[in-house]
Amino acid sequence: MAWRIVVGLKDNVKDARGERICREIREHLQIDLNSVRTLDVYTVDASLSDDEVTQAAAGPFSDPVIQDFAVNKPLAQNFDMLIEVGFRPGVTDNTGRTAKEAIQYLTGRPFKDGEAVYTSTQYLFSGLTDKKIAENIAKDFLANGLIQHWTILSADELDPSIGVPVSVPKVVSDVAPAVRALTLELSDAELLEISRQGMLALNLEEMHKIKRHIADPQVIAERQKVGLSNKLTDVELETLAQTWSEHCKHKIFSAKIDYEDEHGSKQMIDSLFKTYIVGATDKVRENLGKDDYCLSVFKDNAGVIEFNKDWSVVFKVETHNSPSALDPYGGALTGIVGVNRDGMGTGMGARLIFNTDVFCFASPFLEKELPPRLLHPRRIFEGVVEGVEHGGNKSGIPTINGSIVFDERFAGKPLVYCGTASIMPRLLHDKPCHEKQVLVGDHIVMTGGRIGKDGIHGATFSSEELHEGSPVTAVQIGDPITQRKMFDFLIIARDLGLYNSITDNGAGGLSSSVGEMAEDTGGLELHLDRAPLKYPGLQPWEILISEAQERMTLAVPDDRLDEFIALATEMDVEATDLGTFTDSGYFHCLYEGKTVSYLSMKFVHEGVPQMVIPAKWTPQDLVEPDFSQPEDLADELKQLLSRLNICSKESVVRRYDHEVQAGTVIKPLMGVANDGPSDAAVYRPLLDSFEGVVVSHGICPNYSDIDTYHMMACAIDEGLRNYVAVGGDIDHVAGLDNFCWCDPVQSEKTPDGQYKAAQLVRANQALYDYCVAYGVPLISGKDSMKNDYQIGGTKISIPPTVLFSVIGKIADARQAVSMDVKHAGDHVYLLGKTADELGGSEYYAQHDALGAQVPHVDSEQALLRYRTLNHAQQRGLIASCHDLSDGGLGVALAESAFAGGFGMKIELSSLSTDKPLREDKLLFSESQSRLLVTVSAKDKIEFEKLFYDQSCDYIGQVIEQPELIINGLRGQSLVCATLEHLKQAWQAPLREM
Amino acid sequence: MAKTVKSIVISGHGTNCEREVAHACRLAGADADIVHIAELISGRVDLSNYHFLNLAGGFLDGDDLGSAKAGANRLLHARVAESTSSLAAQLEEFIAAGKLVMGVCNGFQLLVKMGLLPAIDGTFKQTCTLTDNDGGRFENRWSWLNIDPDSPCVYTKGLNRLYLPIRHGEGKFVTDSPETLQQLENLHLAVMKYADCDLHPTMEFPDNPNGSQASIAGICDPTGRLFGLMPHPEAYTHRTHHPRWTREVLPEEGMGLLLYKNAIRFIEKELL
Repeated sequence: MAWRIVVGLKDNVKDARGERICREIREHLQIDLNSVRTLDVYTVDASLSDDEVTQAAAGPFSDPVIQDFAVNKPLAQNFDMLIEVGFRPGVTDNTGRTAKEAIQYLTGRPFKDGEAVYTSTQYLFSGLTDKKIAENIAKDFLANGLIQHWTILSADELDPSIGVPVSVPKVVSDVAPAVRALTLELSDAELLEISRQGMLALNLEEMHKIKRHIADPQVIAERQKVGLSNKLTDVELETLAQTWSEHCKHKIFSAKIDYEDEHGSKQMIDSLFKTYIVGATDKVRENLGKDDYCLSVFKDNAGVIEFNKDWSVVFKVETHNSPSALDPYGGALTGIVGVNRDGMGTGMGARLIFNTDVFCFASPFLEKELPPRLLHPRRIFEGVVEGVEHGGNKSGIPTINGSIVFDERFAGKPLVYCGTASIMPRLLHDKPCHEKQVLVGDHIVMTGGRIGKDGIHGATFSSEELHEGSPVTAVQIGDPITQRKMFDFLIIARDLGLYNSITDNGAGGLSSSVGEMAEDTGGLELHLDRAPLKYPGLQPWEILISEAQERMTLAVPDDRLDEFIALATEMDVEATDLGTFTDSGYFHCLYEGKTVSYLSMKFVHEGVPQMVIPAKWTPQDLVEPDFSQPEDLADELKQLLSRLNICSKESVVRRYDHEVQAGTVIKPLMGVANDGPSDAAVYRPLLDSFEGVVVSHGICPNYSDIDTYHMMACAIDEGLRNYVAVGGDIDHVAGLDNFCWCDPVQSEKTPDGQYKAAQLVRANQALYDYCVAYGVPLISGKDSMKNDYQIGGTKISIPPTVLFSVIGKIADARQAVSMDVKHAGDHVYLLGKTADELGGSEYYAQHDALGAQVPHVDSEQALLRYRTLNHAQQRGLIASCHDLSDGGLGVALAESAFAGGFGMKIELSSLSTDKPLREDKLLFSESQSRLLVTVSAKDKIEFEKLFYDQSCDYIGQVIEQPELIINGLRGQSLVCATLEHLKQAWQAPLREM
Repeated sequence: MAKTVKSIVISGHGTNCEREVAHACRLAGADADIVHIAELISGRVDLSNYHFLNLAGGFLDGDDLGSAKAGANRLLHARVAESTSSLAAQLEEFIAAGKLVMGVCNGFQLLVKMGLLPAIDGTFKQTCTLTDNDGGRFENRWSWLNIDPDSPCVYTKGLNRLYLPIRHGEGKFVTDSPETLQQLENLHLAVMKYADCDLHPTMEFPDNPNGSQASIAGICDPTGRLFGLMPHPEAYTHRTHHPRWTREVLPEEGMGLLLYKNAIRFIEKELL
């Protein structure tokens, strides 16, 4: 039978959660309520006694100091309206899982199959009587209909004897597992219909390729030997759809691109990935020669570089955009715990040391009417931030670097980039830890969570097909604790040498993880019926491709299997033997002993046809805006500081634990009041050493509207100059590229596909040119190519966006430099030249203009500057260093000054320029590769000597007086503003988020 | 050979700070073992071989039932394999032997919710709790802490202030009654309080980051040997941990280490 345990705060206890919800409903929905109180509800569906249930309610479920509880009775009183929100059947319920474990400890008896605890939350509203408004609050704020359901009762509808009636959201399924055989001897239209209906995303050419393969007499003969026919099974079709998907095979980056440049000259590019990304890395490594520090690039779940002679560093950045658009919290949480598995699944596995996150949103204050199905950017902001917060904090991984970029077009699709670095020994059991090798006969072992219908067909699943009682498959919710327990176990198993190989289960689930690992041996035999399920009723193909989270797949040698399973069991981690890796040449799946899939490994992995994509570059016809220099540049500066792309993100940063593991040396917020914006993070991964990892990033989609070539160049430069600003070694650094594009394939839906594809080509060309010029190898990356919203006649495409993440080292973290000015009397220098490059700048955007002159990067000068800066930092000559980016010199001066608590007096006439520039342009140009540096008077001569033949202008002094004073070209006062006002302008916009 | 202090840091089920706590113990001069709770439950590791038990920060079981609630339930009810004893009984013996227990953040929440702190009358019954911050959100920021010089707390001997980071969503300290609070104050068990930069205990956000009653950040039991605190001393053992290390002249050793050193010194004097 089932019980409802309701837990609520005692009357005199402040309900912080309720107060926050009341405030947010006012801000989000403009609905004023008297108060909101919250109650936690546990629906316990298990064979227990009443006493045991009461004991659980009084013990682990409630806190006697502050809470009361009731069993099968209401606790709610003095309210007008009650909304209870719970999960739909099959949705991951982490608290429910913990509650179940708690009861098991209490009774000493395990739950039986199908028994569970389900949680929900009751919201009690006072000052709300209209049910329609309550419905809106539930639908638009409290719940997400994709994964949750709700009950609304007015006070007089609540039965005082029983409260809200018990309902158990258990998955019920009477479907028997079965395998369908499909004939492909069909017309083109019918083939496409199979692909469309099954959400397979296979195009006609691919369907034909499969059709031809299955009709091959030799193939048929082999199939008959294992009891299959000339029809394809659903398991096989799904395997191919997953393995050949854009997500897994990166078909656009692997395609042939038929490219025509602005001069009409044509070129056939055979794979952007191979030509530009791998090409750049090969060239850089060749140039590095014996100093090459790359250990594993592109071939594994993450890239690996040397850290020192004993340790290597692993880094990967992923995106989780579509899931975050549907369910911001679950999508982002899954994003961060998903990329965590990439580190654990690289080589023989690595220990996670920090996370990074970068989000691209529309303004949370957007007041426009949104097209159907889009969540308001404020909800996306809140949900994503909370998802990454829970994912990172609960996993005990500090979030040390990130940013938030705003553009209205991200209302169509938010971008959620999550990165994770980890550390592994160079050698493990005398073999390189970054390498792994599955051996024939190794067992296929899955560990961690169980398989449900989560994430089947990912986000392509349309919610209209969801109905009460059917599990939700569109969205996955991560479970950081199950994963944490698994990681604790895996690191021990790794060090004991209990496995030969490991990878994570992400997109495509077992079909991808086992399929990829089996490339080592050339075959696999997988028994799908042995996989542990969350609930019955899954079809064999669903088991194979489910993207249920928190799972890793390992290759365990026969003689270590028992030890592996025993250790897992002791550490409360599930591990299941699902079959063996073979050299049969076949992707062989069985269900209850019967073959359900028999595809040749070669066809699965190499069969996908190469796309051909047309691309034609036509430069945009753009002009510079025509406005005269505003009179009040102090006011312009304050307005810039308040722009969303520039203002303080402190309210978000403080919600992320950025210090757990005790390694963070340059934290995201530094300065006299611990609130200045750091350019990059420095992190000590080994507590007994001062060697540091340095991490930063560059991202500038604002320049894409002019030219993606320079957008890419600027992103690389921004990443690197942030990195060197804190002291990162420019000669031991690697990059990761994460492309997020709008669909670049010309079609009816995308009439400007040729232009978008050309934008992609140009970004890749810059990636090659600048990585080679800077000597920065790319070690890993990812692309997400379909970031468009299209419903009815409305189409929103995101601006082409590349996150360029940078990771490297600093030999001694005690030499790291922060961005806040340190002492009155220090000299202020500007490194790098300022030019008339305001196209795509924040300043032009403030004047509603795009402009044409996008910043260009001079990598030769920049590289020399960055190396020289490294020397100066190592000699301790740099008091502070801050990069110039959005908002240019004006913003950098203001940030450095208020972060340090000292004023500055600056002469604009001291800036060197090739051509005369207007004062507002000098102040707000976004010319690249520039850094603002302060130097103590005693170090002035040595510093100037280092930079004697470079662009290094002495532009003023740090002063005691807390004011930013900037004099114009004629020496006249241009800006005179107190630090307090500047800081206030910078902190105000997102302070309450 | 001189005997060394043996400290144990329990890990598993969502504990996150075990490595840096063990490191702090070692810096302070003790041996430190990180022991997964499964090893205690299996009976392979015996708590009684140690002098100093550390319950580190983290999110035990995701704090899903409220911070450390499920973790407290496990420690209270888990049975040790092939023995008649429970983990809770082993823990009580450890305490009865006069050994030291320090809980930081989630470890403090665990001690309080198991009723081991403050245990004013010597019985283990929950009388206080740590709950949602008044702001309703997780916070990571550095706080000034005023220390009661008259406290029996062995960890804070000779200290009058600390500057440490807090990193929690459920750090608001609340007692079950005004009497409990009064006793905590009278017995000088409310050893550590959130303070402004002049070291006056405060209820003002953000100096008091969570709205704790009487600004309480850490408490000890009447013996002074059991100690719990929300701030993270293990996160400030070197000057580069300090958020202003690039602009202030600071001692090489961080303030947080002082608590561990006091603990080790006490054990060397009283228990070895």
